[in-house]
Amino acid sequence: MSDRRIVPIGPYHPLQEEPEFFKLIVEGETVVDLEINLGYNHRGHEFISPELTYDQVPFLVERICGICSNSHPLAFVLAVEDCARITPPPRARFIRTIIHELERIHSHLLWVGLAGHFIGYNTVWMWAWRYREHILQVFEMITGNRNHYAANKPGGTRRDLMPDQIPQILTALDVAEKKTLMLTKAVLDDPVIRSRLERVGVLTREQAIAYSVLGPTARGSGYDVDVRRDDPWDAYGEVPFNVIVCQEGDVFAKAKVRLLEIFESVKIIRACLEKLPDGPIEARVEEIPPGEGIGRAEAPRGEVFHYVRSDGTNRPLRHKVRAPSYMNIASNVVAVKGGSIADAALTLAAVDPCYCCTERMAAFEDGRLTHTGKDLLRLSWQKTERVREKLGR
Amino acid sequence: MREAEAGLKALIPQAEVFEHNPRRLYIRIPRERIADAAKYLHRERGMRLSICTGIDTREGFEVLYHFSEDGTGTMYTLKVLAPKDDPVIDSLATWFPAVDWIEREMTELLGIEFRGHPNMKPLLTSDTDWESGRYPLRRGYERRTDDHER
Repeated sequence: MSDRRIVPIGPYHPLQEEPEFFKLIVEGETVVDLEINLGYNHRGHEFISPELTYDQVPFLVERICGICSNSHPLAFVLAVEDCARITPPPRARFIRTIIHELERIHSHLLWVGLAGHFIGYNTVWMWAWRYREHILQVFEMITGNRNHYAANKPGGTRRDLMPDQIPQILTALDVAEKKTLMLTKAVLDDPVIRSRLERVGVLTREQAIAYSVLGPTARGSGYDVDVRRDDPWDAYGEVPFNVIVCQEGDVFAKAKVRLLEIFESVKIIRACLEKLPDGPIEARVEEIPPGEGIGRAEAPRGEVFHYVRSDGTNRPLRHKVRAPSYMNIASNVVAVKGGSIADAALTLAAVDPCYCCTERMAAFEDGRLTHTGKDLLRLSWQKTERVREKLGR
Repeated sequence: MREAEAGLKALIPQAEVFEHNPRRLYIRIPRERIADAAKYLHRERGMRLSICTGIDTREGFEVLYHFSEDGTGTMYTLKVLAPKDDPVIDSLATWFPAVDWIEREMTELLGIEFRGHPNMKPLLTSDTDWESGRYPLRRGYERRTDDHER
């Protein structure tokens, strides 16, 4: 008889606050196997999507994830453009690239903060999220929202960049870069963080290939895949950047990849802003012919894959969505094996958890709530009016 | 012709290749040969499986295996068709862990049987009272030609 026991993490993850169930099978302190249960929050996007028109679907898939809220609509739009052979105008392609890279910066900083929180290092958490604010403020300025930017549409982008916004983006990037550099040095040199994260949750290169993992999870294991370089879309073929790869495969390597990628993203955004062409921001889309298309975008967590089949109507016949975590979480089965229970929670989080942080505001004065939902709605209408007046529309 | 494309043609003479654009290839093969083709692309050509897509078409259940050749940025999509009265395809999960989840998902949502899957239990509905035998992504085929009123 073996003395195997089950240690449940979930179905509501106590740290990541997400509905997934990891059933650790342990012998003493050592994890010998892992069972993963999903589907607690299955929302049926692939079922709903064929009921919506091509213009409506980006708003649906934007809500798959609050953090990668640009990657899914972007991949869908790329799939539709592939199917209908549409080329968006250059300005739209550069703006989409800028927004996509801004998203990577804020997502990576979010993960670094959470990783710090997970190991009880709340200073790292506070710092990382503090510096992430600069990026979120840029998002609010250029798209109107901190998350859910609604920037993509088949054939282009929905919002133009105003000339006066560009210096503000550059200033915010300078601040974020300087602070992130300080944070990166502090995290990578910290002996406590190193000893906690090094050689924990190792995913070897062979395992990474067998599970077809993606993004920093793959690149931290020496598996060099990055769709931005391999299958460039939008402006990625026209701006220089490096793909960060580490060989160790442990949690520390994944943290290193994410932190160093932030600087590459800053580089891409600066190059895009410098080269930003003039012209229209959307191509006219007449109709989507029968056929099929594949769209891939390198989200912060890895390749987001969308497949669209059209039967010539104004709605997709089939729309397949694959988020990177689908491949990455499955690889946890091998990454946690042989480790201790204490390491397991960290290893499971190293593929990068994902939840929406859009609910952010509650203003109190003397212990009383000063803004209700209706007040916020009114303020948002007023802001829209001000923007309209400014644009003269 | 690309090396992988030529290799696939040599391995499976019935393969029909359709090039949508230089980086998107669709290859229709008989369903009995899916394991050979996938092994060739993954093991010999070093391709990564992006995902599989199952589609309920008028002709039968179509399963698409999207392989990515990362060195060239090309997607090789293998297409197999299983008739509606015999929706069975050989499982690849015995040697390829990357397909484990998606085969389970396709079984759950479309009712396609993956023969030889080592761990065929529901992926998304394991902890619910969803009754087996109801497949949400199957369609009865009365899709209208267009729908502008929506």
